[in-house]
Amino acid sequence: MSSDDIRKDSHDALRRKLLLGMAALPAAAMMPRLAFAQAPATAAINTTGLAVTDSTVKVGILHSVTGTMSISETGSVEAEKLAIQQINEMGGVLGRKIEFIQEDGASDWPTFAEKSRKLLVNDKVAAVFGCWTSASRKAVLPVFEQYNGMLYYPTFYEGLEQSKNVIYTGQEATQQILAGLDWVFKEKGAKSFYLIGSDYIWPRTSNKIARKHIEKNGFKVAGEEYFPLGHTQFNSVINKIKLTKPDVIYAIVVGGSNVAFYKQLKAAGIDLKKQTLMTISVTEDEMLGIGGENIAGAYACMKYFQSLDNPNNKAFVEAFKKMWGADSVIGDVTQAAYLGPWLWKLTVEKAGSFDIDKVAAASPGIEFKGAPEGYVRIHENHHLWSKTRIGLAKADGQFDVIHETAELMEPDPFPKGYQ
Amino acid sequence: MTRSFLTGTRGELLGVGVLALLVLLVLPLSLDVFRLNLVGKYLTYAFVAVGLVLCWGSAGILSLGQGIFFGLGGYCMAMFLKLEASNPEATKIQSTPGIPDFMDWNQLTSLPWFWEPFHSLTFSLAAVVLVPSALAFVIGVAMFKRRVGGVYFAIITQAIAAILTILIVGQQGYTGGINGITDLRTLKGWDIRTDEAKLVLYFVNAALLLGCILLCLAVRRSKLGRILVALRDKEDRVRFSGYDVANFKTFVFCLAAALAGVGGAMFTLQVGFMSPSFVGIVPSIELVIYCAVGGRLSLLGAVYGTLLVNWAKTSFSESFPELWLFAMGALFIGVVMAFPNGLAGLFQTHVVPRLDRLRGRGLPPVPGPTRMAAE
Amino acid sequence: MFDGYSLSELGSIFAMQGFAGLILFSVFVLMALGLAIIFGQMGVINMAHGEFMILGAYVTFVCSHLVGEHAPWLFPGYFFIAMALAFVASGSLGMLVEWSLIRFLYRRPLDTLLATWGLSLIMQQIFRSTFGAREVGVTLPDWLMGSLSLTDTIEVPINGLFVMALTMTISAVVYAVLFRARWGRGVRAVMQNRVMAGAVGINTEKVDRYTFGLGCGIAGVAGSAFTMVGSTGPTSGQLYIVDTFLVVVFGGAQSLIGTIASAFTISQAQSTMEFFLSGSMAKVLTLLTVVGILMLRPQGLFVLKVRR
Repeated sequence: MSSDDIRKDSHDALRRKLLLGMAALPAAAMMPRLAFAQAPATAAINTTGLAVTDSTVKVGILHSVTGTMSISETGSVEAEKLAIQQINEMGGVLGRKIEFIQEDGASDWPTFAEKSRKLLVNDKVAAVFGCWTSASRKAVLPVFEQYNGMLYYPTFYEGLEQSKNVIYTGQEATQQILAGLDWVFKEKGAKSFYLIGSDYIWPRTSNKIARKHIEKNGFKVAGEEYFPLGHTQFNSVINKIKLTKPDVIYAIVVGGSNVAFYKQLKAAGIDLKKQTLMTISVTEDEMLGIGGENIAGAYACMKYFQSLDNPNNKAFVEAFKKMWGADSVIGDVTQAAYLGPWLWKLTVEKAGSFDIDKVAAASPGIEFKGAPEGYVRIHENHHLWSKTRIGLAKADGQFDVIHETAELMEPDPFPKGYQ
Repeated sequence: MTRSFLTGTRGELLGVGVLALLVLLVLPLSLDVFRLNLVGKYLTYAFVAVGLVLCWGSAGILSLGQGIFFGLGGYCMAMFLKLEASNPEATKIQSTPGIPDFMDWNQLTSLPWFWEPFHSLTFSLAAVVLVPSALAFVIGVAMFKRRVGGVYFAIITQAIAAILTILIVGQQGYTGGINGITDLRTLKGWDIRTDEAKLVLYFVNAALLLGCILLCLAVRRSKLGRILVALRDKEDRVRFSGYDVANFKTFVFCLAAALAGVGGAMFTLQVGFMSPSFVGIVPSIELVIYCAVGGRLSLLGAVYGTLLVNWAKTSFSESFPELWLFAMGALFIGVVMAFPNGLAGLFQTHVVPRLDRLRGRGLPPVPGPTRMAAE
Repeated sequence: MFDGYSLSELGSIFAMQGFAGLILFSVFVLMALGLAIIFGQMGVINMAHGEFMILGAYVTFVCSHLVGEHAPWLFPGYFFIAMALAFVASGSLGMLVEWSLIRFLYRRPLDTLLATWGLSLIMQQIFRSTFGAREVGVTLPDWLMGSLSLTDTIEVPINGLFVMALTMTISAVVYAVLFRARWGRGVRAVMQNRVMAGAVGINTEKVDRYTFGLGCGIAGVAGSAFTMVGSTGPTSGQLYIVDTFLVVVFGGAQSLIGTIASAFTISQAQSTMEFFLSGSMAKVLTLLTVVGILMLRPQGLFVLKVRR
């Protein structure tokens, strides 16, 4: 769509909006279609010129479909499309059908910034579901703050951020780390830890929190190592692990390095059934590449696993497989991405408006009882209250959920004492 | 080939004039601010492509590490802007106010020494040019004095790009790590994120680019430029004629690095952040292809090549994301196999003769979009 | 860091560390051998080398699936078939590429770099369209995963031994082919003086095609072997390219012995530094050292005097 078309569209929308502002109330009351019977007037629920008409509302999906990150982001796109379809089947949001505009971030951060500007300025979308890496989120954040957009960000990440314009549907670092460590302290009697990660901000920040927590509890960090992204040779560090004999290997390795790390660990004779390994970077998605037999016996600390046993999740997994094929797997982030459109719908309906300011203000306290992970609630800091779960990796590529926290964990993006 | 009215100094200036008309008048009038900002971003890559024409096309030195210099220039600018954005007022929630946010997260309690001078705009602007050229000088002297050239030079620059990326990503307390330096707001109090600012920056950028092209044209016209061509074609003969080949090569490599640095700084200003993803191997090779598509011998061609490839990238990846890599790959192969002189070559062989003929029939001269240097 | 360890423990750690270095060495040689032939002998810069390796890896992946489904009894031995097929697949693709692309560019080595980079992009996208963007997991026969316990504390990974044996075999075969067989004489003759070689009746075009095919085929076998230690995805090939080129250049481009020596030096340096420093710094230091030495000694470790 050229920019001229878009301009024309928004003019039309404006004109229609003005006309409808006068006529909408009686018209809506007389409307025969049931689903749209309660639809409030567009002028009343959209005062800032977003792309909302009487029957539709536009949202954006912004992920990498090409480039290196497409491996990870595909699942999120699929989940978001599924959620949007389901919401539309239920009658949409405030009686309006959701239409999405998908843009490709191409694994390139300026492209993310550029496309988010297009979505907000040209397309005037009411919300954007997207981004995966921290770098892409950091690149779009100023754009969302400048043009006052709403971003639903699905990935578990390092924290240290909070914005009026972002809802973080994944876990910040403490939610993923603390409960998992407490569990190994207690269940495994672990006293020494070897921290290993890929060399960038998320593993480093996460390991920093893990180290503080381990040392606070009087235990020992036997070693801490980082490797460049894409590193594939881990024999030396595996020898160091053998030398220091830690009770727990705490691994936050990502991407292609992940595959190499677990294969070499197994080949070096470290049996994960005897050596405790805990990771926060392996979901069902990564298991596909690593191969279940190479990582069976490891513990992953997440908020969601595909094998989670509850009615919400059964329905979700079934719908997902129906839409995207029986072979598809669902990881933690994919589920978090699925939450985005639903939380947005609930928030808009609570606020009774698509206006970004009202949605942002109405967000804290929003509850989603139909979440596949169980139940989530949005905190004042725009992160989610959610449970931490521990899964035991199995050779078939799935996890056994062996532990979950009794209470929802409070999100704390700026954890005192862990910085 | 008979001499066309489009060759020689007059033709070159005509070409620059047409380009100026395009980027300063036609594009701003026909595009909205959003698209214009994109063009502005592409034009920052053109700085690198122009540098590559001098360094690769004229002097035969293929550097696969121009991303290094683009990145360094960009980081120098970003460091200044970040320091301005992290004034004690804006960062008062941090445990150490007044330092960039990512440093605070990495437990730095004071500004590292090499960040200090970037409080000064003058220093930063100088650094944008000087830091890349200084690194280029070190690499150039080390390599060219020992007569390393061609393929070896390409591979070593590539390795340096890899090293720098790992360093920037790894030293996140000092560099912002993989996220880069983000959330840049103002330049001496002037908000660079507004539409007006973007418009102004676009014109500054375009004017700088035109200035750089004129500078490069002058270099090529000079005796120095002729020596460069000579040493590309027969390095030994130039050496035997008593010239110190290494000095000339180092100079042109430094010049290309400085241009790339300027491009990087303009990129930071227009896009609002800088990250290590522009430093690595892949972007560096992409920069080379911009230059190759435009025609490695033509300064103006490089600009058009950059614009064309990036425009194709944006529109292709919007409509057919899967096909984009195929198209890009085919472009690489096609340019090398069928059009080694790129757009400029096509223009020279197909358009110029027609224009000459038109002119011969007494019609007024039609300015062409580009020309190829065929001296 | 050595406090509190007994002498025997330290001894066994050093033994294992030495072994880790040897595995890394084998991996480097395997990566670089194909490239050394193509770059060193023919002067072609094949930026798609990593993609030829990944082609081999995908062939192995397909094999593991087919064998697992249709002939499970063959599974323990399928890896050998897969490697042979990987060689054939990458080798024939290499010959096709030489015929359609490379042979026009022998006089323009820098242009081969650009053209093969384009080729690598196309291959990546083909992988992505065929096998999906996600990494694939290659199932290995059980006997390849696991380790041998030499003593109580010294354990040797079997796939490491396998890679080492493979490297030695391939190096020996390459040596025999290039330096003992008639065909190898032809290759060396063409490399040293193309015109003269043509004049004495060597079909230089054919030699070029087969040499390129051989180099790509070896890359395919390497990729197949790396499914044991690394990842297989559309863009995995790019991870190898810098290391591989540095190994070849550092060794001295025209010398196969040089490639092996440089692989040994770099791997030992890297694995030792990784043990004492953190991973990222070790990598940076290794690369810096190599670049530094190359600046001092641009011709690489070993030089073959060739009149051009």
